[in-house]
Amino acid sequence: MSTSTTDVHAHGGHGEHGEHNPYHQHHFATMEQQFDTSKLGMWLFIVTEILLFGGLFVGFGLMQHRYPGEFIEAHEHLKQDVFGNAFPLYGAINTIVLLVSSWTMVMGVNAAQTSQQKKTVRYLVATILLACVFLAIKYVEYSHKFHDGLLPGIFYAHQSEDLIKGTHGYATFFAFYFMMTGLHGIHVLVGIGLLSWLVMRARRGDFNSQYYTPVDLVGLYWHVVDMIWIYLFPLYYLIS
Amino acid sequence: MSTHTESHSHGGPKIYTANLFALLFLTIITVAAASFNFGSANVVIALAIATVKATLVALFFMHLVWDKPVNSIIAIAGFLFLGIFLMFDFIDVTSRNNYLPRNMPNMENATPAPDSMNPLRTAPPRPLEPAPAVPAVKEEHK
Repeated sequence: MSTSTTDVHAHGGHGEHGEHNPYHQHHFATMEQQFDTSKLGMWLFIVTEILLFGGLFVGFGLMQHRYPGEFIEAHEHLKQDVFGNAFPLYGAINTIVLLVSSWTMVMGVNAAQTSQQKKTVRYLVATILLACVFLAIKYVEYSHKFHDGLLPGIFYAHQSEDLIKGTHGYATFFAFYFMMTGLHGIHVLVGIGLLSWLVMRARRGDFNSQYYTPVDLVGLYWHVVDMIWIYLFPLYYLIS
Repeated sequence: MSTHTESHSHGGPKIYTANLFALLFLTIITVAAASFNFGSANVVIALAIATVKATLVALFFMHLVWDKPVNSIIAIAGFLFLGIFLMFDFIDVTSRNNYLPRNMPNMENATPAPDSMNPLRTAPPRPLEPAPAVPAVKEEHK
């Protein structure tokens, strides 16, 4: 980054990359300035993402305050794994999967920064695979909940004490659960799309130490997806 | 290509891997901590660990440690406003029932308003009735 222009001159032979980089847009003085501008824009987008999910977290907190008893019961229900144990298996595995995928992503960015094309592709593909594992686990978990009738909003059809009592705590909890994890899941899907695009470009050899902006920015996006899950996991699966 | 060793002020695989292990370790801790009952402190502990994890991700995976400070300023501003949002929400929720108007007459002997008119209370249980049966309409155009 900060070394991009000076590096070019230090390495002599690579001079043409710096001066006439095909990705250098004419309204930027240097590649470094272009990179910093893109990154600044990405960070602004990340702030909007944080506030988007922040609103949902606040809503969740308000409803937890309103229906404390039902929310704890619903937590206990959500925690149950396939075997009926009260251990948040799906959530815990998904947390590990996402953390490891964040690591493969950052290693991919590192490989792109050091012009290691093959490594870049490999790490990006690994990230995509881990994202698919995440969604597969999510699918198993969702279908389990669908089966129990714990659907959001008017589709809620769970036969439990909650329904007999006629309060809405259980339904509210699962409405928030599906909206928040669903929105997060959509972000994962978008991430898979972006990563596939990066793999295509990396295979074509677009990225090197002089130009790796897309890899870096998608990396930032992917880490935000990870970060949101870091908060979703304890809030939904652990607290009771 | 691999000889192109850059003396980046950047992290590098070693730091990233160490960070991954720190994050996995904190995940184990947060799961373990949730199995103990610390009362209302459980939420605080879980969110504190989550915040440490998020900070590690932002600092090392998202390169904020090595980045130009402007990116950190934007990130911190985002969380600051989220904090203001959460704080006012917290103040509201915890104080909703504490304050009544000063000039309120003595309400001790007054007939309480029905719960359905009181926005501070949760709505009374709504009886679950099946949807009213639609009277069968004679099909005339047959």
